[in-house]
Amino acid sequence: MTWDGNPNTYDVIVVGAGPAGLTAGIYLGRAKMRTLVLNEGPVGGQLVLTHEIANYPGVESISGYQLAATMKKQASTFGCTIRSNVAVTNFDLDGEVKTIEVNGKETFCAPAIILAMGGRSRMLSVPGEQEFKGKGISYCATCDGDFFQDKDIIVVGGGNSALEEAVSLTKYARSVTIVHQFDEFQAFAHAIEEARANAKISFIMQSTVTEFMGNGFLQSVKIRNLVSGEITERAIDGVFIFIGYVPNTEKFVGRVQLNSGGEVVVNSSLETNVQGVYAAGDSIQKKYRQVTTAVADGTIAALSAIGHLHNHRANQLEKAL
Amino acid sequence: MLQTSLKHILTEQDFQDTLRSNENVMICCGRMGPMCIPVYEVMDELQGDYDHVAFRDMEFDGPIGHLIRTLPECKSFRGLPFTVYFKNGKVVRATTSIQTKDQVTEILDAEYAARAAK
Repeated sequence: MTWDGNPNTYDVIVVGAGPAGLTAGIYLGRAKMRTLVLNEGPVGGQLVLTHEIANYPGVESISGYQLAATMKKQASTFGCTIRSNVAVTNFDLDGEVKTIEVNGKETFCAPAIILAMGGRSRMLSVPGEQEFKGKGISYCATCDGDFFQDKDIIVVGGGNSALEEAVSLTKYARSVTIVHQFDEFQAFAHAIEEARANAKISFIMQSTVTEFMGNGFLQSVKIRNLVSGEITERAIDGVFIFIGYVPNTEKFVGRVQLNSGGEVVVNSSLETNVQGVYAAGDSIQKKYRQVTTAVADGTIAALSAIGHLHNHRANQLEKAL
Repeated sequence: MLQTSLKHILTEQDFQDTLRSNENVMICCGRMGPMCIPVYEVMDELQGDYDHVAFRDMEFDGPIGHLIRTLPECKSFRGLPFTVYFKNGKVVRATTSIQTKDQVTEILDAEYAARAAK
């Protein structure tokens, strides 16, 4: 597309550098669009949190970090500019040209935006959680499991991650207690069966952890029974929390249409309700969240944005005549 | 060896030399795991802005990982990576588990005074 020579002017700005954002960057870069990818954290998003990916077609086994690094390299090779660890501090999505300010000092503009902010692990947000993160509270069993050799630990959650990680943690822990807020699990049947069959695992259902306590490191938790309201204190060495993900869309409340879960509402072309603004990946309203679906979203959003840019360019020419 | 673009500390001699020859040293001791990689990336990005700080990494399970693992400041740590900040060879701060760029920057600014002019 035409470029006005301003180094901060792009054809498309992609917010987010997970698999959806990087794929969009690859397609846009290859289509010779001036593309900027902005990311608030490290490149790769949730992808780098995955130790091994064995179901990405064409790749037998690869770490999330390696796959993300390769995607980043591909996008950069095609001319895409990637800025990671920057904070989006302001933005204006209305009008033909949209602006995004980062770190409170630099402003970039483009006629098309792709929102691909992804999600993050949900926290319990109860007293003591921040204080004991890394000192007994963990969100990664493969990272921190071996600190709990022959210890008593709790796993909070009832989905696939919680049950599968609970089973894997029995390699280290003396006992694993799963605390879940409902009376049944949301995990697949095989994961539930495997957990139930493991002698080291016990269950506290319809309950939730309400407070973490300790002196320098985690020593106990308070557990509230959601039916009776009774609160009990339990001595514990560690707690692993797997209670799903939340979309990183807080900044966009009231600016693009979100559903009640905070996910961006899109149509089949991944257009949002704001013209020229598209969304892709784990932050959009959809049922399945996989690397492969994020990559597909990134492709669709990029191709839709390219179509929008062609129309934008045609309109500009028409106005100039 | 860790697959990062940071300088690695591989031997005890290297560890001692690094602390002796640099006033400000930040060492991230971890694995190539999901909580560690973001910290390495943040350090890599900050290297250019903090040229008065030596940024290094070290393998948690390697032969000299105990030099960090057994520090009294890391006694209560149960989450990778262990990140330790040294000034004149002494530990001034230590963190456990994943940290954001803002959290790392806050410590660097607080412990190592003004960042070098760029």
